[in-house]
Amino acid sequence: MNERSSHSSTPRKLTGAEIIWECLERLGVEHVFGYPGGAILPTYDALTKSRVHHVLVRHEQGATHMADGYARASGRVGVALATSGPGATNMVTGIATAMMDSSPIVCITGQVGSAVLGSDAFQEVDITGITIPITKHNYLVTRADEIAVSLREAFQIAASDRPGPVLVDVTKDAQLGSCEFDWDAAAPRAHRQVPDFFPTPAKLDEAAVLINESQRPVILAGHGIILSGAGEEVRRLAETADIPVALTLLGLGAFPASHPLNLGMMGMHGEAWVNQAIQESDLLIALGMRFDDRVTGKLNTYAQKAKKIHVEIDRAEINKNVHVDVPLIGDLRGILHHLLPLVKPNRHSQWWSQVHVSKQDSAVRDIQNLPDNGHLYAAHVINDLWRETKGDAVIVTDVGQHQMWEAQYYHHEKPRSLITSGGLGTMGFSLPAAIGAKFARPDAEVWVVAGDGGFQMTMAELATIVQEKLNVKIAIINNGFLGMVRQWQEFFYEGRYAGTPLLSPDYVKLAEAYGIPGLMVSERSQVVPALHASRFHAGAALIDFRVEQEDSVYPMVPAGADLDAMIRRPNPLVERPTDD
Amino acid sequence: MTEREKPHTFVVYVENKPGVLNRIASLFRRRGYNIESLTVGHTERPNISRMTIVSSIGEGAAHRVEANIYKLVNVLSVEDVTHGTTISRSLALIKVDAPEESRHRLMEIVRVFRARVVDLAPRSLIIEITGAEDKIHALVDVLRPFGIVEMVRTGQVVMRRGVQERAVSSSPKPAQDDARPKEPKTGTEPSGANALVEAEHPGSV
Repeated sequence: MNERSSHSSTPRKLTGAEIIWECLERLGVEHVFGYPGGAILPTYDALTKSRVHHVLVRHEQGATHMADGYARASGRVGVALATSGPGATNMVTGIATAMMDSSPIVCITGQVGSAVLGSDAFQEVDITGITIPITKHNYLVTRADEIAVSLREAFQIAASDRPGPVLVDVTKDAQLGSCEFDWDAAAPRAHRQVPDFFPTPAKLDEAAVLINESQRPVILAGHGIILSGAGEEVRRLAETADIPVALTLLGLGAFPASHPLNLGMMGMHGEAWVNQAIQESDLLIALGMRFDDRVTGKLNTYAQKAKKIHVEIDRAEINKNVHVDVPLIGDLRGILHHLLPLVKPNRHSQWWSQVHVSKQDSAVRDIQNLPDNGHLYAAHVINDLWRETKGDAVIVTDVGQHQMWEAQYYHHEKPRSLITSGGLGTMGFSLPAAIGAKFARPDAEVWVVAGDGGFQMTMAELATIVQEKLNVKIAIINNGFLGMVRQWQEFFYEGRYAGTPLLSPDYVKLAEAYGIPGLMVSERSQVVPALHASRFHAGAALIDFRVEQEDSVYPMVPAGADLDAMIRRPNPLVERPTDD
Repeated sequence: MTEREKPHTFVVYVENKPGVLNRIASLFRRRGYNIESLTVGHTERPNISRMTIVSSIGEGAAHRVEANIYKLVNVLSVEDVTHGTTISRSLALIKVDAPEESRHRLMEIVRVFRARVVDLAPRSLIIEITGAEDKIHALVDVLRPFGIVEMVRTGQVVMRRGVQERAVSSSPKPAQDDARPKEPKTGTEPSGANALVEAEHPGSV
């Protein structure tokens, strides 16, 4: 933890509100995303004396997504601040989003005075009760002298083991009250012995034997690789034993897209040959992933020929969805460090040729070679964005079709270059999360890729971008539908488009109302010039891409179907294999 | 759920703080699991409470619940003692219709079960019984024809036999199946005559 040591540790008398900022500074917090209100006013008053930069959001959900985007882009804890009642309940979606995707955030909420707790006071809500199932832990703090220890513990809990959100609810009287502030005395308690689940040498041997004897292994690379910083170890494992690597959505970037051992994304909208390889495999090596239903398809036909090694820090994930033969519980990087010396160099040429055969069956996605038939496809937009940014941008996506196209057509080389809501699938995530990501990495080129549905959920945060003078680029994939739902209606509900046709404002005018330059693109030839113009504009810019309205994401495993029972790409996006 | 559901017993040590019970109960509730009985009380250590939770769930569900209970910050340890050798007790107070003519027979039943009469009113009496669930069941069955007016039961408390291989501060077992105690013994005390002997204990009325 990057705590600052410049502060003296001599106890001083401070108010609870002052203690909050003092602790945040010492915990290395530079930005807090928040929205003031009655029950948090003492803390806002004390903000005037703090070095911490406060970002005024337009909705508290935005504050939590910003904290989340900040955390995902940097690996540091993101902080959101709100008042009691509606301020706190507006955070719920963002907290649940962070919980599902193991993102370390700390949410601080004001609460009514402790004397009136439970009396239905104005703007009182039981936010600790509400957030029990969607936080790693939460605190109700009713005294000034409990603030420091609660915050220090909150940061430690949020960032340790499997990361996640922690909420600290501070009553108004705790903020107003005073006490001796003693940083050292407020150290997080070692409340229980850390259990030693770390794999024994025998367990590691067992895993190594499976790897060394496997004929058709596949590595399933998940988000845990990024959280653990284990990309290098995973690469060494794959290269040593010549193992194909399939990635989850949140794993994208954990293993370079251009690496010859990279198969691509698995699961519902993964490539057919990836899912085929998993189904044919005799050994799955699951690294920091949780066998989510979007990646397994029907569980009782999932990878039946394969033994399974599951390396996972969260014990509760072991045998949750898929029975594993060798569970290895602990930090991925640490475990791979011990496992690597036991893994023998190997070649799997027969397995690779089998994989390549199924790859030839599938459509080759070199969509750049498709003739321009007058239609603008989202895939083209994403692919051009990848080419223009040379894959170096941080892409923050929303949820839906564009999210899957991004995953398919933007090739991520580095960890933390894709920020997306996977587990909860929270529409409206992208714009605020991108703001957080930009604060975390001011030098990075940050792009929002959002659908017209999700963008309209949180587009009020455009004002935050302007107020903070942020250089965030926005690409709206506008198809006039809630596209993913429309696709399901087309495939599974006989094309009855209930509630999915969607009106949008004129996004160019909307952007201009905020003082952001906007462009509208409806032809393929305009894509690159528009991207170019936006990229070299010295501030935020927005492009409204009017794409094909009833395009669908392929390939697709229907929900609950066998993983290799995929709906393949039809024309015109299917292409004959080329001599790539 | 395909697995057969049977009572699983969890022993959980927790910090004695507001809201801890809610956090644990919530893990059962969100999965739609019913809690059959739950007891909480102080332990030999200050500020640490011990819970015994009984829930009829499948083996896999029990495993998941145990792992998730352990993730709670306020939980010090959790153990599924279903397959261990344990002593299990609960207490019941049973108010029975007791007109003059049936009192003698009731007293005889109380004596056989080593229960106690703790209140005597003109037309009813209250019987206190401590023991394993099946013994209490047996008494309730025998008393039912007399007319049970009211009954309260504490829920089970459970303790492992012998020297504890795991105390409050020691590490819980890893989740690997092979590391879990799987004695074939049943989780309850011996039944029949032995049960009656074991159930005897001094106490005040």
